[in-house]
Amino acid sequence: MAYKIIASQCTGCSACEPECPNVAIREKNGVFIIDPKKCTECLGHFDEPQCVAVCPVDLTCVIDNAFPRYVAPV
Amino acid sequence: MQANTEHIGIDTGKPLEQLLEKIADHKGCGTSSDGGKASCGSSDGPADMAPEVWEKVKNHPCYSEEAHHHYARMHVAVAPACNIHCNYCNRKYDCANESRPGVVSEKLTPEQASKKVLAVASAIPQMTVLGIAGPGDPLANPAKTFKTFELIAKTAPDIKLCLSTNGLTLPDHVDTIKAFNVDHVTITINMVDPEVGQHIYPWIFYKNKRYTGIEAARILTERQLLGLEMLTAAGVLAKINSVMIPGINDKHLVEVNRAVKSRGAFLHNIMPLISAPEHGTVFGLNGQRGPSAQELKALQDACEGEMNMMRHCRQCRADAVGLLGEDRSAEFTTEKIDEMSEVVYDAETRKAYQELVESERLEKVAAKEAALAEMSDDEVSDIKILIAVATKGQGRVNEHFGHATEFQIYEMSSAGSKFVGHRRVDLYCQGGFGEEETLPSVVRAINDCHAVFVAKIGGCPRDELKAAGIDPVDRFAHEFIEESAITYFKEYLAKVRSHEVVHEMRGDADIRQGAYISAA
Ligand code: SF4
Ligand code: SF4
Ligand code: SF4
Repeated sequence: MAYKIIASQCTGCSACEPECPNVAIREKNGVFIIDPKKCTECLGHFDEPQCVAVCPVDLTCVIDNAFPRYVAPV
Repeated sequence: MQANTEHIGIDTGKPLEQLLEKIADHKGCGTSSDGGKASCGSSDGPADMAPEVWEKVKNHPCYSEEAHHHYARMHVAVAPACNIHCNYCNRKYDCANESRPGVVSEKLTPEQASKKVLAVASAIPQMTVLGIAGPGDPLANPAKTFKTFELIAKTAPDIKLCLSTNGLTLPDHVDTIKAFNVDHVTITINMVDPEVGQHIYPWIFYKNKRYTGIEAARILTERQLLGLEMLTAAGVLAKINSVMIPGINDKHLVEVNRAVKSRGAFLHNIMPLISAPEHGTVFGLNGQRGPSAQELKALQDACEGEMNMMRHCRQCRADAVGLLGEDRSAEFTTEKIDEMSEVVYDAETRKAYQELVESERLEKVAAKEAALAEMSDDEVSDIKILIAVATKGQGRVNEHFGHATEFQIYEMSSAGSKFVGHRRVDLYCQGGFGEEETLPSVVRAINDCHAVFVAKIGGCPRDELKAAGIDPVDRFAHEFIEESAITYFKEYLAKVRSHEVVHEMRGDADIRQGAYISAA
């Protein structure tokens, strides 16, 4: 389960990249993308998904329903 | 003396040696100025400023009105991320065709940025300052910002480094700032009261959490003021930028001014909010207006007793290159920089050029003082008038009315002349269409002025200016601004005394609505 970045919304500002605790975010052709295999929705790290909280454009980092919700390891 | 307006492009594929020769040919000219008797900002020189502060700012085009005629600065955009949101900023806005503050088209890696700095410094020997100012907050991405500083400090140690920040993470980085010898930091502080701040900042991202409303503003102001105190304690010069937002923080900025002064800020730059719906900012969309020229000047005057006010800010693009008001960024695009092979940094040429500038500056200061001495013999009067000047720089009246993209504004009184700001206008002389619509907007931009000094002016705009009550003056073409303005003012006073003219206050003027994207 993961967050994804809506490419058409992303300004490529790079604010999200250094905030991700799992280094799941990287740049691709001027916009940023999330590697769904690495994203843990920030569970176990922070109360809020960091990419969502720092992104200047609302509704750019959103839940990707193609993946089941992540469950934090106990 | 001729103005050095020749653009030394690096876009022509010429080897660098040839370019340097070109510079050598030109370095004897284009550095004259009247020295700027402006009592604004840091332009007065040593008299109103501690000597150690003056030493630091005298060659800094952004901090000293006088220096900005001689020295150039450049900004590089390496860190576009931001950790707060401002209602006057639209982070999505990025347009290559317009020169607007905070706007940038190219994000550079620290390596590209440092190469660009070397290339520019070699082509423009008067480039003395490198700033990292956004878009975004340089301290929201400290790794890239400091990496850039590190690379430049190694290869071009004579270039001063400065950075602009919203201040949220500033306290965490003061030690690093000090260690990298950054001697100027600008903090954008728009409020010291969270009640006011909540109307400016919808949210901040702090310690892994998004805060909104009063709480966000409270954290921000605490961090900004703490950061400022720490900079002062560390001996780093701190300038404050504030955006004047009528109805929200306009009255409050006097309090901000007091708060930052008491914490050691050396210069306060109050800038007008610029907002229009098409910029897509919150303020632009909800119809928040910017201040008029008179409102801005009144606020700057009100704060002036408290501390130095900066009045020549042009709200540059975040990737601006060159002298203020003469952007050369198009000559140094990433593509062009990448194409260049190894850049040779010629510290000697730069040093020689800058020494020349210094000696000419001293001459001009002397000339201005002579003119001033004459002025004080005149009968004292409390009449004040504003004069708009079309100039390409060098302290002279040397621009055609129709070619002016901005006018410098001088306030004349029996105390002398004082630079109080500049007004950007759209080009009047574009040939063909649009002139009819442009002229009224030029008139509105300088409507508070009694006269406009130009090198040349056509018959039609001349008549329209007269009809609007502004005296078009071209007899001082190519002469020094301040000497000419003093002469004009003396004649004006004489005419008032002989009742040839009746002195009247002029109306208010508009501030041109360019986009105001980033204040960080
Ligand atoms: S939700 Fe958290 S883990 Fe997933 S990409 Fe965003 S910051 Fe990284
Ligand atoms: S923070 Fe948002 S806009 Fe900025 S790069 Fe990440 S997804 Fe794109
Ligand atoms: S104005 Fe500066 S601090 Fe404010 S949101 Fe824009 S980039 Fe960030």
